[in-house]
Amino acid sequence: MNAREIPSAIRNGETTAKEVLETHLKVIQNREEEIHAFNLVMEEEARNEAERIDALAAKGEDPGPLTGIPIAVKDNVCTQGVPTTCSSKILDGWRPPYDATIIERLRDAGAVIVGKTNLDEFAMGASTENSAFGPTRNPLDTTRVPGGSSGGSAAAVAAGFAPLAIGSDTGGSIRQPAALCGVVGVKPTYGRVSRYGLVAFASSLDQIGPFAETVADAALLLEVISGHDPLDTTSIPEPPLDLSTALTQGVEGLRIGVIDELSGGAIEGISDDVLGCLEDAVQALTSAGAIVERTSVPSTVYGLSAYYVIAPAEASSNLARYDGVRFGPRVDAKTTSEMMVATRTAGFGDEVKRRIMLGTYALSAGYYDAYYGKSQKVRTLIMNDFANAYKKYDLLLSPTAPTTAFPLGDKTEDPLQMYLQDICTISSNLAGHPAMSVPFGEGTDGLPVGIQVLASAMDEHTMFRAGAVLEASNQGKS
Amino acid sequence: MTGDILDGWETVIGLEVHAELATNTKLFSSARNVFGGEPNTNIDPVSLGLPGSLPVLNKKAVELAIRVGLALNCRVQRSVFARKNYFYPDMPKAYQISQFDLPINEGGWLELPDGRQIGIERAHLEEDTGKSSHVGGGGRIHEADYSLVDYNRAGVPLIEIVGAPDLRSADDAREYVAELRSILVAIGASDGKMEEGSMRVDCNVSVRPQGNQEFGTRCEVKNINSLRSLGRAIEYEARRQVDIITSGQQVEQQTRHWDEADGRTHTLRSKEEAFDYRYFSEPDLVPLDPSPEWITEIQESQPSLPRQRRIDLAKASKTEPRDVALIVQKDLDEFALSAIEKGADASRVLVHLANNLADGVGHLTEDAFAALIHLETSGDLSATQAKTVLADLVDKGGDPDQVAADHGFEAMDTSELDALIESIINEHPDDWLAFVQGDAEERKKKSGFFVGQVMKMTKGQADGKVVNDILLHRAEN
Repeated sequence: MNAREIPSAIRNGETTAKEVLETHLKVIQNREEEIHAFNLVMEEEARNEAERIDALAAKGEDPGPLTGIPIAVKDNVCTQGVPTTCSSKILDGWRPPYDATIIERLRDAGAVIVGKTNLDEFAMGASTENSAFGPTRNPLDTTRVPGGSSGGSAAAVAAGFAPLAIGSDTGGSIRQPAALCGVVGVKPTYGRVSRYGLVAFASSLDQIGPFAETVADAALLLEVISGHDPLDTTSIPEPPLDLSTALTQGVEGLRIGVIDELSGGAIEGISDDVLGCLEDAVQALTSAGAIVERTSVPSTVYGLSAYYVIAPAEASSNLARYDGVRFGPRVDAKTTSEMMVATRTAGFGDEVKRRIMLGTYALSAGYYDAYYGKSQKVRTLIMNDFANAYKKYDLLLSPTAPTTAFPLGDKTEDPLQMYLQDICTISSNLAGHPAMSVPFGEGTDGLPVGIQVLASAMDEHTMFRAGAVLEASNQGKS
Repeated sequence: MTGDILDGWETVIGLEVHAELATNTKLFSSARNVFGGEPNTNIDPVSLGLPGSLPVLNKKAVELAIRVGLALNCRVQRSVFARKNYFYPDMPKAYQISQFDLPINEGGWLELPDGRQIGIERAHLEEDTGKSSHVGGGGRIHEADYSLVDYNRAGVPLIEIVGAPDLRSADDAREYVAELRSILVAIGASDGKMEEGSMRVDCNVSVRPQGNQEFGTRCEVKNINSLRSLGRAIEYEARRQVDIITSGQQVEQQTRHWDEADGRTHTLRSKEEAFDYRYFSEPDLVPLDPSPEWITEIQESQPSLPRQRRIDLAKASKTEPRDVALIVQKDLDEFALSAIEKGADASRVLVHLANNLADGVGHLTEDAFAALIHLETSGDLSATQAKTVLADLVDKGGDPDQVAADHGFEAMDTSELDALIESIINEHPDDWLAFVQGDAEERKKKSGFFVGQVMKMTKGQADGKVVNDILLHRAEN
């Protein structure tokens, strides 16, 4: 059953939230040990919540648009009283005293949270191997990674643990794992979804978004979590999205530009089978009536470099609060500053330490202009290039990830190779624009390929139109 | 003053004043902003910097910051918040949200009571830190057995007012801080209580040979908790620097700690050890861009400022602004103006406010004050009696006539007084002769004697001025 079908089935009495939940818990029981999508399965809380929803439904009340839908939440989103670890030892045992805004919205919409999903520590990574609690495996081939950093959420949906999941995307952390796991993943416009309660990695880039099996289900979840939140100053003062008409509108007459740099142009390393799928996607959109042509967004080639200055710089500051003083574990030492050093040395993994050092360096007196200042200029350049592209095109298109899912351990020794996984997705974060990954075709290894649809700020509606067309075409093929 | 101590040297001082803004809630959250209270009770996820929490700017704090900027004649402008990064246990996020290259207020001035204008470089918004207490090891973090942190203060809104190096003495510095405090209190921006830490002063001091235009190397002195320590710290630090230079050495740029107990400043950190704060724009907050309409609205609702109030009272009392500075500082100028408006003699109003009402007016009303001064200037009460009645009015309130009557103070009939004086003259013929024939000095001495006698016999009820008039009149006729 698709997520979208669950609420009406419960309202009609065809099933109950409890029954839906138990079905999913059984799948979790069968495969979770092998996959490790979750840091925590919240069986008891989920059962209580399902009962509450069934009781409401029995009284003829509507528990909301997500009535009884099981949902998995990335473990960097705060849940009141429930451990929120960011897959880091430094938050071991910490239970937030409050819910993130989106958690409140999910509860109010009748969703049933089944667990907190694994991620690369503090969302830094592209394979979910940088987790203090061990890697997540790709349900489609357990010798492969699910992508990252929201690998646990992507795997949970792909494995059928939950039809919906929440992820966060700072440089591609929703879209890339969605592509590698063969599910739909959406990074909304920056500010579309409240960040209140999302543990910050890089505040100016982080954005929460949905994972789902289908484009329609992703739209349903995005509608619930979007909309202005007074607790997040950077949240856009707009009502929640309504994407219902986008799903059936088609792409007739839309102008779509294929980003040349990411499609065999300036940037190397995009595999041939992925480029083949992109060609098929272009065909599909063209036959649906869109006008598709290649176009250049020249500064995207600098996106990765700028990102790996800006994101670590913000991270070095955001992660400074993990000092052993107020929460989390503490390693005792003779003086306060020695305690802080010892706690951070023991608590953070290598990749997190690497980025804290990079970011601290980039912000240091004497280096600021050369690194951080320059990267901000590149960011402005990317925004300008996109603005120019959107004068001519309604949407842009590219692969989501350079390859299909790669084997565990393949890139852990070479951080730069790992960073290249985000080459196609990073520019949307720098620009603050929405982008989504839709499964389309497969590689020579039989694993799924994701196609990325990019839109200008606030234009999720047009983006979902193309997403729905690609999905329909992909399903028609198989 | 410094001229006496440091002959040939000039002290150059620039102050950085932090004042807590008088808002109900914190700068970036709805936790309460109140002094005192059990440790860690006025806190929330934002004040503690819990993971996932985000700051939301307090509009009232912005309004008060703009008020401060306007009162200090600054340009109020679009501003950007920045993170100032450093590790310290009482700094919940390990960064302070402040303003760096684009402060909300820039480029103003403050006028001292003597008319000198002191430059204001900027006045920006930032959040306060928590408060650490270090237990054992002399109360310093390095030697402490353990430390306790209270986060009630964390996130309280501060305005940091950076003054230009325009001050030249400890007295200047004290006057500047007193004036700044008056302004902040007048506009309701802060309660300005140094003793509760709601107003804190850091002090940059350098010295240079008198006449030199170039600045010397400065030291920043921290931990100044009162106007008195401000003056002491400046004088100590200037002396220390002059001693270094005159012994052939060079002053090293340092941050120094004022120790109230031993009356010295001590090295806290050298220039090399100075923090690299790694400032960058705060990505969790959008730029702050107050509308011109809002700024105008705030400007139009500004109360009268101390400078204008000095001018107004000086005009009403026909004195100079600097002569009424204390009265304005104590917020008694409206009281004075009201009494003057009710017909009270302006010079008596100022004298009483300066000498007899320095601790406040208590239950004294403006009407009673004016009426009392009438009784005094009309001769119905002597100066001494007036003072006694005034003290009662301050304590308990009431009607001056009634209070005077309760004390048995009745204006003496001049003829009654005249008769009394005649009998005293008759009892002391030699003294009288000396009064009549003596030079000015002798006459002054003897008048003292006779007034004293009269006061003794009337138990202080006679008006000394009237007694003198009678004596003079008799001597000349």
